[in-house]
Amino acid sequence: MTDTTSKPGYELTERDEGSALVLYLQGRITLGDADLLLARMNDAVAAGNPASVRIDLSGVSYMDGAGVLTLLRLEDSIRKKGVSFTLVRVPEEIRRVMGLIDREGLTRSPLRAEGGPVGIVEGLGSASVRISEDFAAMMAFLGDLVAAVIHLLRHPREVRWEDVFFYVRRVGAEGLPIVGLISILIGLIIAFMSSLQLKQFGASIYVASLVAVAIVRELGPIMTAILVAGRSASAFAAEIGTMRVNDEVDALVTMGFDPIRFLVVPKLIATVIVLPLLTLYADLFGILGGMIVGVAGLDLTAYTYLQESQRSISVFFLNASLVKAAVFACIIAWIGCQRGFQVRGGVEEVGAATTSAVVTATLLIVVVDSAFAVVLNYL
Amino acid sequence: MKGNRDTAQGPDDPVIVVESLTAGFGETTILENVNLKVLRGEILCIVGGSGCGKSTLLKQMIGLIRPDNGRVLVGGDDIAAVDDERLNRIRRGIGVLFQSDALFGSMTLGENVALPLSGFKGISAETVQLIVRMKLGMVNLVGYENHYPAELSGGMRKRGGLARAMVLDPQILFFDEPSAGLDPINSAELETLIRGINAGLGTTMVIVSHQVDLVLRVAHRILMLDRGAKGIVAAGSPEELRNTATDPRVRNFLFRGEAAVGGR
Repeated sequence: MTDTTSKPGYELTERDEGSALVLYLQGRITLGDADLLLARMNDAVAAGNPASVRIDLSGVSYMDGAGVLTLLRLEDSIRKKGVSFTLVRVPEEIRRVMGLIDREGLTRSPLRAEGGPVGIVEGLGSASVRISEDFAAMMAFLGDLVAAVIHLLRHPREVRWEDVFFYVRRVGAEGLPIVGLISILIGLIIAFMSSLQLKQFGASIYVASLVAVAIVRELGPIMTAILVAGRSASAFAAEIGTMRVNDEVDALVTMGFDPIRFLVVPKLIATVIVLPLLTLYADLFGILGGMIVGVAGLDLTAYTYLQESQRSISVFFLNASLVKAAVFACIIAWIGCQRGFQVRGGVEEVGAATTSAVVTATLLIVVVDSAFAVVLNYL
Repeated sequence: MKGNRDTAQGPDDPVIVVESLTAGFGETTILENVNLKVLRGEILCIVGGSGCGKSTLLKQMIGLIRPDNGRVLVGGDDIAAVDDERLNRIRRGIGVLFQSDALFGSMTLGENVALPLSGFKGISAETVQLIVRMKLGMVNLVGYENHYPAELSGGMRKRGGLARAMVLDPQILFFDEPSAGLDPINSAELETLIRGINAGLGTTMVIVSHQVDLVLRVAHRILMLDRGAKGIVAAGSPEELRNTATDPRVRNFLFRGEAAVGGR
């Protein structure tokens, strides 16, 4: 930040000539001098109460646009008081700058008023409209996506399999380190926290059951889905959003390709393949994390821990967690791509679409997981 | 008063000196041993075909990339050698209108134009607002301060970018392909502004463009770069080049369709 409050590079001298006040300006007048100079000149005029004011600019070596603006503002304020105002010995360069300034434009109202604070009712109303429009757009896109999937099920040769394998690697293989690390830490935390309670009742062996059930039934699928939403829904939105900004999507359409079949379906297939596998991987690492606590802190053997874990996990719940993972995968691909297609303006909308993709996908994953919890309870 | 210039230098002093500049990307050399001077108050147009190094030279002059070899002196300072504080001070003395206008889409036009002023303390909000209006008035955009860039046409965005580039009264204005993507009317309006600002404020201008008609209309001096030569192949005023240039690369690029020097 540049400090403009330091000593000014100009001098202001006043001379009283009877009813006229003459102000001599000398030196350099720049942006930082504007406010102080205006105040000083106004004070001088107010103190002298003259019938006319003359500003002599012959000693000015440099005056920038802000300096010239200061003179115009002074003129306006002096003329409002009914005092005559004259600029004398104005250097040609300053005169030329003045010639470029649209004086009427300085006070003209903007074509559009500045956006002020929105009232509660108006805010609620516009938010409701926005949400309902957003919901309609999501549903319309889902309809297009389902139609594209049905078409490609009937014509599997049209699927861009090389893109599917690319996204399998991008969404799955490249996500293995972070999913593994988070899962093992979640397993460690659950085992450690539950062991503090269960140890008091001599029920340490149930730590294995608790970790296995929590990880396989709930935390494995949902944590993996949220991690993949963070990594991949954002990437899908950014990729497609940037393509929209660069007219690449329009180019696809003009070449006769359906952008949903071309861009979205490979991502959807890849995510549906990969997320259940990542979930199994997360389950294994979560149980491993719990086993570390069990073996190191609870004097259990690895064999006992694994046997207890195996006993607590039913095939039904394992299958249910894989189905959940597949549904979450659909949500991630659907929302990530839909947010990308929503980009209309410039690059700043790509950032907004990316954020929105992660937030919406995460929200929907949690809502759908809650619905699964209720439904599975009755099965 | 000799002139409304923020230095004690005379009109023929160079404001930018490029000495033995070599630049490129990786193993590829684009510019080799380039020497040039930009004189105070002139409109210098740098022209050439795609890939000849026009934009690279521009980026060297505004300190966005450093030369592999040689020096770029702006106001006497080697911009690759000065510290960051000095470099920022030098940059406040220059304005750049980018090819894509580079207005921030999340800000209104007024906020975009006011942005460079936010680096200064001690300026009242009223002064900032008036400076913004003054600069918007200079580019014929009075009243549009509350519009967002997405709501403006390509020509208006370019002029908005110019208002932002001019807000600190720079001594040097750089233009990267100023008329790219503009229709003839908007392009002509921008040309008028360029000439008017140069004449009115005495601002030195460096324009990088391959739009020959614009260059021939606004340039005081033209430098032509060539990809094969990796440097300057012609320099002079449009009239000098029209009357004296015999190099077929120059004639083909600048005066296609006109008779060659000495031709019938």
